[in-house]
Amino acid sequence: MSEPTNANTAAFEPLLRIEHLRKVYGEHVVLDDISLEVAQGEVIVIIGPSGCGKSTFLRCINALEPIQGGTILLDGQPVSAEAKNIAQIRQKVGMVFQSYDLFPHKTVLENIILAPMKAQKRKREECVAEAEKLLERVGLLDKKDAFPRQLSGGQKQRVAIVRALAMHPEVMLFDEVTAALDPEMVREVLDVILDLAEQGKTMLIVTHEMSFARAVADRVLFFDEGVIMESGAPEEFFSHPRTERAQRFLRTFTFDAVKHHAPTSDEPAPLFDD
Amino acid sequence: MEALGLDVLLNGTNALRLLGGLWVSVQVALISVLLSLPLGMLFGVFMTWKNPVAKVISRLYLEIVRIMPQLVLLFVVFFGATRVFGINISAELASIIVFTFWGTGEMGDLVRGALTSIPRHQYESAEALGLSKPQIYLQVIIPQAMRQLIPTSVNLITRMIKTTSLVMMIGVVEVMKVGQQIIEANRMVSPNAVFGIYGTILFLYFIVCWPLSMLASYLEKRWAVA
Ligand SMILES: Nc1ncnc2c1ncn2[C@@H]1O[C@H](COP(=O)(O)OP(=O)(O)OP(=O)(O)O)[C@@H](O)[C@H]1O
Ligand SMILES: [Mg+2]
Repeated sequence: MSEPTNANTAAFEPLLRIEHLRKVYGEHVVLDDISLEVAQGEVIVIIGPSGCGKSTFLRCINALEPIQGGTILLDGQPVSAEAKNIAQIRQKVGMVFQSYDLFPHKTVLENIILAPMKAQKRKREECVAEAEKLLERVGLLDKKDAFPRQLSGGQKQRVAIVRALAMHPEVMLFDEVTAALDPEMVREVLDVILDLAEQGKTMLIVTHEMSFARAVADRVLFFDEGVIMESGAPEEFFSHPRTERAQRFLRTFTFDAVKHHAPTSDEPAPLFDD
Repeated sequence: MEALGLDVLLNGTNALRLLGGLWVSVQVALISVLLSLPLGMLFGVFMTWKNPVAKVISRLYLEIVRIMPQLVLLFVVFFGATRVFGINISAELASIIVFTFWGTGEMGDLVRGALTSIPRHQYESAEALGLSKPQIYLQVIIPQAMRQLIPTSVNLITRMIKTTSLVMMIGVVEVMKVGQQIIEANRMVSPNAVFGIYGTILFLYFIVCWPLSMLASYLEKRWAVA
């Protein structure tokens, strides 16, 4: 029997291959020699202290930032801010930002169908039908004619996710999409992302929600000062971080129970203190 | 009627003459506005360029427009052009040149303000969706800039219309000048005409500018994005 060579090579070729990526702002090296392979359907969660380059990394993958070294290959095609077909390559990468970035002059539905219609030249009816289906899935079909200013933060982010999905991207990038939300709205957005993970969407997620990271990730990357300090399965990483940096970082998310000391000296000394 | 000095309006063709004068004012304003809008759009885009030379030129132009009183500009262009360059331009043409020069500068600054007020992440999320540069401007940036621009530029237009009252100083026979002539001619018969005529002119300016300022505040409300 002959091997189905096509399927085989597809299995070995990662969807996203990043090699020796280097990003510099002036003197400041923000990303230093980053290499990463992401397989089809894999969910990568990126965590790390503020300013370590997580956002910059995602922005490079979408060619929103020019890079100073290395290569990024998506589906074997180079991603680069200078490429002529950059708009086409970007259509394969969906991105959702921390700031609510819906277009304020368009309704929810118009926000979603704009890029499929203009950039992919798909038919309006087809785009509307798909948009409605996606909105229904995130529980927002009744908001399709609302303007962004009429939505809550959580609703805006769910629409932003739908807007990115409507382009049928091969990989989704999420940059702290719940960081600006009130706590009670975080869940509804994370649930949408969990749902996508279950459907096998390839995703790179930057988040500070550690229990979510643990639940959704196939692999966790710990960034520090522009390098990947640690990388591993979530159970492994969260229970036994290897590097001291990662241990220190994870400790900032836990609180020791407060011990109630006798507050002041005018209290009688505890009797059992001997 | 007589106490208010409005009787003069009914004498002969006075009312018609006044309207004719108003038409001259509106014409000067209209032509200047029609030239200023497109030129101002171009200038506004030019003002957003990061090139240092472009910055200096924009800055200098806008400062001149802002600092120089329109009356001085009118004198410089009308009398100056005749003396220095020996060209004879009509007072109307001089007025249109000055008003367009002024309108383009002010309009440019409004366009610049509208363009730069659109947050960077609006450009970026449009880019991230795979829209091309022209699509981003056409679909995302310009519609938002317009919403901010239209109310402010309508205000500029009303300011330009009002300021046309200055052009009589270089001899354009517009509504103020006609009014003056009527008052002079009737000084003996009807001394109160000075109130009636200027009052009427005030009313005429109001009739022209009021709908525009209503339109501006309507658009401002309708397009408020918050
Ligand atoms: N446009 C820029 N110009 C200069 N330096 C920048 C620019 N953007 C980011 N940086 C710097 O690059 C570094 C990485 O920034 P980045 O936003 O990627 O961090 P981050 O890991 O996403 O942090 P956070 O968790 O706070 O979002 C920071 O030190 C930041 O100051
Ligand atoms: Mg960030």
